Formats: sequence, C-alpha cells, structure tokens
Amino acid sequence: MTHFTKLVAAAMISATFGLTSAPAIAETPPDTLIQAWQLDDMISIDPAEVFEFTASEILGNSYQPLVGYDVNDVSDIFGVIAEKWEVSEDGKTFTFTIKPDMKFASGNPITAADPVYSIQRAVKLDKSPAFILTQFGLSADNVDQMVRQTGDMTFELEMDKAYAPTLLLYCLTATVGFVVDKELVASHEVDGDFGYEWLKTNYAGSGPFTIREWRANEVVVMERNDNYSGDTPAMARAIYRNIPEGSTQRLLLEQGDIDIARNLGAEEITALADNPDIKIEDGIKGSIYYMGLNQKNEALANPLVTQAMKYLVDYQAIADTIMKGKVKVHQAFLPEGFLGALMDNPYSLDVEKAKSLLAEAGYPDGFTVTMDTRNTPEITAIAEAIQQTMAQAGITIEIIPGDGQQTLTKYRARSHDIYIGRWGPDYQDPHTNADTFARNPDNGDDAASKPLAWRNAWDIPELTAQADAAVLESDPAKRAEMYQAMQKQEQEDSPFVIMFQEIEVLGLRDNVEGFIIGPSFNDNSFRNVTKTE
Amino acid sequence: MSVSPANEGGRWRALPLLGLKAGKLVVTVAITFLGLMVVTFLIGRVVPVDPVLAVVGDRASKSTYDAAYIALGLDKPLYYQFWIYLKQALSGDLGMSVLTKKPIVEDIKRVFPATLELATCGIIIGTLVGVPLGIWGAVRQGRLPDQVIRVVGLVGYSAPIFWLGLLGLLVFYAKLQWVAGPGRIDIAYEYNFTQTTGILLLDTAMQGQWDAFRNVVAHLALPATLLGYFSMAYISRMTRSFMLAELGQEYITAARVKGVPEWRIIWVHALRNAAVPLVTVIALSYAGLLEGSVLTETVFAWPGLGQYLTNSLQNADMNAVLGGTLVIGIIFVGLNLLSDLLYTVLDPRVRRRT
Repeated sequence: MTHFTKLVAAAMISATFGLTSAPAIAETPPDTLIQAWQLDDMISIDPAEVFEFTASEILGNSYQPLVGYDVNDVSDIFGVIAEKWEVSEDGKTFTFTIKPDMKFASGNPITAADPVYSIQRAVKLDKSPAFILTQFGLSADNVDQMVRQTGDMTFELEMDKAYAPTLLLYCLTATVGFVVDKELVASHEVDGDFGYEWLKTNYAGSGPFTIREWRANEVVVMERNDNYSGDTPAMARAIYRNIPEGSTQRLLLEQGDIDIARNLGAEEITALADNPDIKIEDGIKGSIYYMGLNQKNEALANPLVTQAMKYLVDYQAIADTIMKGKVKVHQAFLPEGFLGALMDNPYSLDVEKAKSLLAEAGYPDGFTVTMDTRNTPEITAIAEAIQQTMAQAGITIEIIPGDGQQTLTKYRARSHDIYIGRWGPDYQDPHTNADTFARNPDNGDDAASKPLAWRNAWDIPELTAQADAAVLESDPAKRAEMYQAMQKQEQEDSPFVIMFQEIEVLGLRDNVEGFIIGPSFNDNSFRNVTKTE
Repeated sequence: MSVSPANEGGRWRALPLLGLKAGKLVVTVAITFLGLMVVTFLIGRVVPVDPVLAVVGDRASKSTYDAAYIALGLDKPLYYQFWIYLKQALSGDLGMSVLTKKPIVEDIKRVFPATLELATCGIIIGTLVGVPLGIWGAVRQGRLPDQVIRVVGLVGYSAPIFWLGLLGLLVFYAKLQWVAGPGRIDIAYEYNFTQTTGILLLDTAMQGQWDAFRNVVAHLALPATLLGYFSMAYISRMTRSFMLAELGQEYITAARVKGVPEWRIIWVHALRNAAVPLVTVIALSYAGLLEGSVLTETVFAWPGLGQYLTNSLQNADMNAVLGGTLVIGIIFVGLNLLSDLLYTVLDPRVRRRT
C-alpha cells in the first residue's frame, strides 16, 4: 500500500505549492496612499453623473468647484476656481470672475468658458444630480441663455427667482458643479453627447490628483497632478482597492497592506482599538437615519400614535450598543452643521407615556404593522431593537427584509407601513433636507416628484409654503429661525421618527496623518496626507 | 448538483456524437438556451424592483427618470422587449451594463479570467488530492484511513467556505505570513506587465516577470487551495463509491484469482472503469467553481464572475444578470459535452459504437 501513501503525499505537496513561495509584502510604498473601500456602487466618474458616496469622494480629490467651504464651519464660503462673485440688485443674477493663471491637469488654461460649459453640459445631459442645478429654473432649452460667458474670465448665471444666495453657492460645491476641461471633453464629443461616453471612464479636471484608471469593482488609481494650483500633495499616488468585506479590510490594515480601511463594522472597530499600530478617526456626516410612517395606514395616520411611537425607540441604547460610535442621537431633519439645525432631542424611551398616548388614540392594546428593512446587518439590528421596544406598548411589528433596491421600490410606491431610511443631504444648504422632509407640493398618487413627505403620504400645504418662503429668504439669521420652527413642528406631529446622525469612522495605520473627514463625501480629502517612516 | 453514479449513463450520453444525432444535439442546446433566457428574462422583469432606479438613483427628477425609462425600452410590451433582447444576443450583443456603463460582453471578458484562473487551480488541486484519497478510502473501507478521509471530506463539504476563508486568512496570511492577502496581485507589481489573457499566471510567465508571477501564486494559493479542498471533499466521496462498486465486481475477483498484483487491480482494472463516471463528477465540480464562488470571491476580494453577478443582482442590473447566466449556461453545456467526448476515449464500448 506504500504506493498510495506516496501518491497521496505527492498530491498534498503539489496542493500546497503556493504556501512555500513568496512571503507577503508587509508595507505600502511611502509615497502611495492605499485605501480599502467597498467601491461596487460606482457607476461613473463624470461629474455630471456621479451621485454615489465613493465616486463623490474621488471627484472631490481630483476636480475643483467654483466655490468651496471650510469643512469645520460650512458658513465660511470661499472661491476655488472663482476669484469673486457679485449678486445683482434683484438677486437673480450672479456674476463670477475666474482666478487667473490656473490650469487643468491637461495643461489647458482655465477660463470662464470652462465653468459655463460644465454647467450647460450637466443641465443638458440631465443625469441623476442635474436637479441640483435645474431647481434654479435652468433647463436644456434655456441654459445657453441663462448661463452666459461675458468675458475671458467672467460669466453670468441667471436664476428664475431670487433664492437665498447661499443656496446657489452650496449647490455649486456639489460634484455636479465641478468644473471640467472644456477643450479636452469637447475633443471627445460624439454625436453631440458632450463627451459623456468618454468622460464616464476618463478624467478632465484640475484637482490635486488625476484619475489614471478606474476598473469597475476592482481599483481606482490616482496620481499627483503636477499642474495643480494649490500646495503639491505629499503622496505621488493614491489607490482605492475594492474590498467589500469589513473583516477582510481589518486583516489588510493590521498587516500593513493598506493604509486606511473605510468599511469597518462596529465589531472590527472595537477589536482594533487595542492595536497600537492602528488608530481610529471619525467625523460627523450629514446622513440622517429615520423611520417613515406611511399615513395611508389608518393607525399610523393618527398623530397621537406617531407621537407614541417616538417614545418607543431606545435611541441611546441603539447608538451605543448596535452602532457603537457610528451614529449619534439626533431628532431633527437638519443635521448638525447645517444652517438652522435644531439640536434638541426631546424623545427617549418612555413606555408608560407611549401607552397612555395609544390609549387616548383608541389603541389601548396596540396594533400590528409591517416594517420594510434593508437586509444590511446594521439596519436589521436597529429594526429588531425597535421591534422589541414597540412590543412593550403592544405594537406588533412584522419585519420584512429585502435588498436595497427592493425596499426602495416599495417605499417609492407608498406600499409600505414603516420604512427605515437613511437620507444624505445633496449639498450643504438646509433646503436640501427641507425640500424632502417638509415639502409635498402634490400628494396625488401620480405626483411628478416623490419627496420623503410624499412617500409617507403626508399632506402638508402649510409646511410646503413655509419651506418655499425659507428658500427665498436672503437674511441668514431669519432663515435659520424659519427652519428651526419647521423642525420643531415636525418633531411634534410629523410621521418621521428621526433617530440618528451618521458618524464616519475609519481605521488608519499609525503613520498616516492629515486625512480630512468632511461633512459630505466630496469633502473627504487626502490632499494633505503624509506618511512618516 | 447531484450526479448519478450509474454507469449506464455513458452509453446514451455518447449517442449524440454520431453524425446523425449532431443535429438533434444542436436543437437540444438551442432549446436549453431559449428556456434559460426566457426564465431569466421573466424573473428579471417580475421581481419587484424598479430597474430605472439602478440607473438614475433615488433623487433624480421626473424628466431624468422618464428618459432612462425609455432608454431601457421599458415602455415597450414585454414580448417585444424579449424579442429585441433575443435578436441582440444572437448577434453577440448582450446589451449594456447599467452599473459599469460598458457592454456586458466586455465586462464578462474582464471578470471571467479571474474566476477561470482560480477555478482551474482549484479543480486541479481537488482532483489531484481527491481521487487518490477516494481510492485509498475505498481500499481501506471502514478502517482508520477511510474514517479520517470521511471526516476531513465532511468538514470540507459542510463548513461554510466563507468561514473557512476568513480562518485561512487569519492563520496563513495574518499569523504565519505564508501567503499574500486578498486580491489577485500586489499594487507594486500591478503595472509591471500588460494583461493580455487576463490570466495573471500566464501573463506574468509569458512576459518573464517572475517576481510578479511569484506574487500572483502567493495570492492564488489560499483561495485555490480552499476551493480545491471544497471540491476534493466531493470528488473523494464519489471516487470512493465508484471504486467500491468496481472492486465488488466479478472481474476483480477473477483478476485476484489469476494473481494480478493488488496495485494493478486497483490502478489499472478498477480505476479505469471508475474513471468513466468520475469524469462527469469532476467536470460538473469544475463548472460549479467556474460559476464563480460568490462567497470566496467576496472574502478574498477577487474580482471575478461571482462578485460581478451578485453585485449586478443587488443593483437590479438585469442585463448583466442575464448575460452572466447565459455564460454559466454555456459553461455547463460545454463541460457536459466535453465529458461526453472523454467517455469515448475512456470507455471502449462507447468507442466501438461511434
């Protein structure tokens, strides 16, 4: 029988052929920043189309907007490509002057023709983020007249109404307002597509880094832009690797194969806290976690019931034990950091109070409803915690798990009872959230726009009018008061149980300094990152 | 995938190889694919997911939404949409991916080599280890080696591959540092060579980039061994039962009576006959690995077909799902045909008929 034993042994050796070769490389190159991130939602790197967190961050480091803001105090707005701007008497026209002597990565000079082309292009292509610009009354038909070049370095942007000046400026800081290299993009135009086919996988910007390569679901490779007008970044290269699994990211980080892990789960963060080679950094983000209670459901349409349910969530326990530092309790529709954000958190778990409200509403024994939840570990855990506390007052919740697209389709069709949602603002102006939480111009089933208020069938003509007035108020202090009043009212009687504001947490190798976590993903910056030996 | 160990299968399976039956085979394959496409297409349209959302996202204005709705052809009746799809597919165009904005064919060309490389290494390991182990188990039936092989096989077949993968990374990558981590190659080597075939072992070897080649091997070793272990478990069990069936036959007794050495009885007489159904088992295991092991690819951040399909499915990118399903169908039909062809080589009875 020795034949078998020998053969088996030989087979075993051949099976383990790889194990003896090439040890793992344990350190990333000193001039290269390597990050692990779940990149599988990226569909484009064209500023006119990008709307995903991942691609927004990548564009934020490779393109430049006309204007920017201080990430620590977003009310401080300054010019980036624009040197200055003026608003006309009637408040409807902005005149921008472009900074002299700036260049794109291609070497082409930046002139007023570039931002004009970029805005016209985004409006005409009409991709997902286009509404951020078209809300100013711009359309494919009129944008050539409304956005016009008036000199080599000046252009005008005309709006249909005199909106609060900061609204336009904040909207121009969003990725859809980033300035593309007109000459380069136009040279790739095919059949009047504004270079769309080309730019969705290519680069034409002026930011600190260029995008050398994007391979979907695999890698994004960025290189220092030698024509960048600001301080030269210390890193020559920045690479994002698509690593979908948080536990895999943790292993790579501990081994030193990556510098920053971006999708660590609560458990991984806890485990890494003891590792002296790793540090954890966090920053507050604009996303809000909330529960939407559909007003088409008879029980949920009762304001006493919605208020009772706001007393039936153990906010602090969920933040501490389930989310472990990835959220903080926040109960108003404007996140911290926004003009007019209300910082009161009036609700906490109070079963007795909820029971008496339910009795008053005519539901002394509670009722049964369904809750649609995305099947991610965190949302599922939050849903289960809520199910448990609601049960204490007799409200039975049946959880219906589904993947993201499936639950969203149902939510947009208004056929849910309760939906757990996460809403991220589209730009830094309070209107972005007021527009969805406090505006519902048409509550009909075939309405053209589907804000969150519509999705929960909440008919609010008065609040809609208040939100419309607030967006036209030019005095920031008055405007802030208007938003505070709206948030207070929503805390009382809205069908939104607003629970948390998101905190982004990352794990970094100890030698990595200078990564900036901003309020939105296109503010996250590695321009100033350095690595010590 | 359950495979009947019955030997009889070999006879009728080989029949289509007769010239006359070739036409019948083409028709069968065509019907199989049409069925596959109809079912996948319908599932894609019946699932309660709005495919436009995958294109434009949740925030888009009504005009953006409507433009995408028409661009996807969703305003046309279902049968018409299918007809268009069928016509395009026949001309080799599987449509565009909503997610990657590239033609599906191009996407699959990009992701499939990664899966092919991993699955091929996996099946080689699985066969080289699994077949001898199965034979050994059959020869030592009921004794210690048999029991040990059974337990080892059971663990391989029943333990979640996701968990084994993480455990393997923890031990061999994080602690012992014998292998490289997740991914196909270190960034440092990524641009040292050009990807022509997409199979990195071949690309690096052909261009003489031996450092990069070693790095690819270091990355491949753990996931390939894991997939090899997984298929080994199944192959060794099947080998054992095929061998047991053969060893109980009268011709074996006759050979023993004649005084043929035991090793010859096992390796020449019995294995030769057991090899016929074994080929199907190995071919189908290989096809299973080529589907792209979703969990393995996720744990090892392996940009292959499994990850591509899952990601497409989760984002309601139905063209990509349809295209991927078709490719998998082609693999299964192709490997089935291949194993049928191998029958003629291995089984003299089939050879005589053809």
